[in-house]
Amino acid sequence: MKAYLGRRYRFSASHRLCSERLSDAENHAIYGKCANPQGHGHNYVLEVIVGGQIDGTTGMVCDLTELDGCVQREILEPFDHENLNTLEVFADRVPTTENLCLEIQRRLRRALRPEFSLAVRIEETSNNFFEYVEGAA
Amino acid sequence: MILLTRKAEFSASHFYWNERWSEEENRRAFGKCANRNGHGHNYTLEVTVAGEVDPVTGFVVDLKQLKDVMEREVLSDYDHHHLNLEVPEFRATLPTTENIAVAIWRRLEGKIPGSRLQRVRVYEMPDLFADYLGE
Repeated sequence: MKAYLGRRYRFSASHRLCSERLSDAENHAIYGKCANPQGHGHNYVLEVIVGGQIDGTTGMVCDLTELDGCVQREILEPFDHENLNTLEVFADRVPTTENLCLEIQRRLRRALRPEFSLAVRIEETSNNFFEYVEGAA
Repeated sequence: MILLTRKAEFSASHFYWNERWSEEENRRAFGKCANRNGHGHNYTLEVTVAGEVDPVTGFVVDLKQLKDVMEREVLSDYDHHHLNLEVPEFRATLPTTENIAVAIWRRLEGKIPGSRLQRVRVYEMPDLFADYLGE
């Protein structure tokens, strides 16, 4: 029997949305106040949904302590209280929450056992969120 | 097709303990959830049904009927009860959030007139939930 376990995590980080391939005017036209030179920050909420068979002995899809440890190591330690623009992974791409979502999915996919399915949802504010669902078109 | 979700809350106690394991093994696997006196949560249940909008009523499902089914099939047995000791399906199965979602699905499947059960989501806490889609 397959079930999905969802867990929410929080981290805070700053970013500035601005592409080097665009002019200042274009950056401001596209990103608005998100392009302000000194950047700004968010309290991100990350939702990780792991799918798998329910273990007959433990009654669990995955070990919660292991999942917490994995998210702590792969996501929270590198991203929490950092300026995303200064991180190597965003050296060549704008740290939009779309790109952040893809990067988080990539890191967790690499760390999780392949038999688990993975979906990632990240809230930038309480009014906008981004999702990556494996296999979705 | 439209998806419609109804929420409900119930409060219940439980503990995790596998009789085939030693105390030490239970402690290692389940931590403080293995305390034999149990502990409790305010669970939030989300039931999602799928169906077509009825051209006359404009409803996918009669919300009152859905609420009544959830109350009769689930909440009356789960709310303010001890899941391990008082709910039959957990005599031999650990009442983890995953297994609670499966058990609620089984209680609701086929009982909601005019629609198909799509998803059962059970929040044990605001930051922890399990989904069962009947897979």
